[in-house]
Amino acid sequence: MTTPLVEMRNISKRFGGVQAVDEVSVDLYPGEVVGLLGHNGAGKSTLIKTLAGAYPCDGGEIYVNGERAVIETPRDARKFGIETIYQTLALADNLDAPANLFLGRELMTAFGTLDDDAMEHQARAVLHRLNPNFTNIKDPVKNMSGGQRQSVAIARAILFNAKILIMDEPTAALGPQETAMVADLIQQLKKDGIGIFLISHDLHDVFDLSDRVSVMKNGRLVGTRKTSSVTKDEVLGMIILGKLPGEETPEDMAARH
Amino acid sequence: MASDADVNAPLGTAPRLSAMEQFSRLTGLDTRLLAMLGALIAIWIILNLMTGGIFLTPRNLYNLAVQSSVVGVMATGMVLVIVARHIDLSVGSVLGFLGMCIAFLQVEVFPLGAAWNWPLTILLGVFLGVLVGIWQGSWVAFGGVPAFVVTLGGLLMFRGAAFMITDGRTVAPLDPTYQLLGGGIDGSIGATASWTLGLIAVAAVAFFSLKARAKRARYGFPMKPLWAELAMIAVWSFLIIGFVLVMNAYTKPRSDIPRGIPVPVLIMLTVVIVMAFLSRFTKFGRYVFAMGGNPEAAALSGINVKRTTVMIFVVMGVLCAVAAVITTARLNAGTNSMGTLAELNVIAAAVIGGTSLAGGIGTIPGAILGAVIMQSLDNGMVLLGVSSAVRQIVIGLVLVAAVWFDVVYNRGRR
Repeated sequence: MTTPLVEMRNISKRFGGVQAVDEVSVDLYPGEVVGLLGHNGAGKSTLIKTLAGAYPCDGGEIYVNGERAVIETPRDARKFGIETIYQTLALADNLDAPANLFLGRELMTAFGTLDDDAMEHQARAVLHRLNPNFTNIKDPVKNMSGGQRQSVAIARAILFNAKILIMDEPTAALGPQETAMVADLIQQLKKDGIGIFLISHDLHDVFDLSDRVSVMKNGRLVGTRKTSSVTKDEVLGMIILGKLPGEETPEDMAARH
Repeated sequence: MASDADVNAPLGTAPRLSAMEQFSRLTGLDTRLLAMLGALIAIWIILNLMTGGIFLTPRNLYNLAVQSSVVGVMATGMVLVIVARHIDLSVGSVLGFLGMCIAFLQVEVFPLGAAWNWPLTILLGVFLGVLVGIWQGSWVAFGGVPAFVVTLGGLLMFRGAAFMITDGRTVAPLDPTYQLLGGGIDGSIGATASWTLGLIAVAAVAFFSLKARAKRARYGFPMKPLWAELAMIAVWSFLIIGFVLVMNAYTKPRSDIPRGIPVPVLIMLTVVIVMAFLSRFTKFGRYVFAMGGNPEAAALSGINVKRTTVMIFVVMGVLCAVAAVITTARLNAGTNSMGTLAELNVIAAAVIGGTSLAGGIGTIPGAILGAVIMQSLDNGMVLLGVSSAVRQIVIGLVLVAAVWFDVVYNRGRR
């Protein structure tokens, strides 16, 4: 077995009196998509934000390529090749697409000034690959359509040769056509050996795209299963009941139907 | 969030553009900036008619330029403060405090007349401005106190501190060379130097426009037509040369020696170039706008939001020091009342110049335009003999109208 790309061991995070994430362990291999499922408030976003550096974790350890990684800020996460597409997209609406793509790691000229032309050049290339109809990239992002905004957020994550990609509800704001585009992109990134955490509350989305699913409930990990070895019904049971397939009582089964 | 209509809109189709927007795309100027420019021209023409041709004389335009410089200098910093979703109510008091420090050091601490005296006091003033900025910025960034409260406290504290330096005494007179920084009879650079600077500016505009265009061409980016580029260079050259002509047309008393560009206006123009450069071509400027557009996104991008916040207030403090130098040099004294209520003019100039109080939007040239619009109204009303009470009412109304315009403008774009 190869070393996991990411291993999160016994991660805990508490907000005031709420234990948002409680001793959760998940891992991710190169070229693999792991779906992270659970109801709203199950702790999936919080878990993944500790990996992205948005929240430092209170307990537990993160290993990247088998080595201990201390991730306290988004900058740390990027250093380990971890890129995140947030559910809110995290775009500065008043800036144009190139400025958003390179936010926090701008290209500079020899004189130490922003090299807007070089950034625009790269932005055009990557955005054109994602969305050939994308021409108005110099407009402020707020004037763009939902699909275009999503393209900008995705482009930002893949532009810097990410090894590990976190996608938090990547298709929530998209129409069917654009959702298909994201699915294609995920397949392509898998081929490049990138590991992807896919977070969603839409079971069908995740089922089609992931190799494994990890289910969370009330801050705890219910379990991780190969997608090929479970049915949607069984995963639904894990989400709703917080129990692994085979553990349910007949009453549980009845309640589910 | 994007509405359904946004999501389903066909990608890449160009929206229908109004004539104004097409013009704005060709010139590269913001539609709002164009509207402000239109307003300024209208105000100038109306005031000129009402004053019987006095308003648009070289003499009055010269005075108008000098009067606008103090507010203009500080307004460029206020743009960054407001763009980052903060506010600075203390700039008037900080100006008073720094001005008193500079005057006190120059007259009562160091030997007046020593050649090193005034440059040193300016440096110390700027240094104190940096400290004021670190003080206020740290409370906002690390203390988590809203800038409104921190700088409201600063408004009181620095006014009090200014009084304490000399127990309210006025400090005068200042160094004769230093006085030139405030304008006055000899405080301008003369015809030859004005022409030289004007021609350098024209050459610089042409050089940088064409250089930027060449770079875009090399990358194969879409470009505006060449005639539009050349027309913009022509308009700028016309404005620069017109400005030099007007400043040279005003002569010194009882002579026909042209005054040229006043030193305080030169200082303001330098500040404008530096601040415009800072906001458009440096990481700092990019981060300020990103923080204003979406603070959470800025933090998630790894931007050091706290350090950038402190930096914004440091820049504001330095600009207060520059404004304090101009003010004291112009008054030839340090007085307690310097800068009283200046914060309101400065904020109004930034807002009239198109800086959005919601953050994320604003331009440096816009703020200067705002300062000139406000000063034009004030100056014109003085010429018309309007009482100061009525002047305040009018300026107040203009401020409200400008923000109302901003609201309507943004609603129209949704």
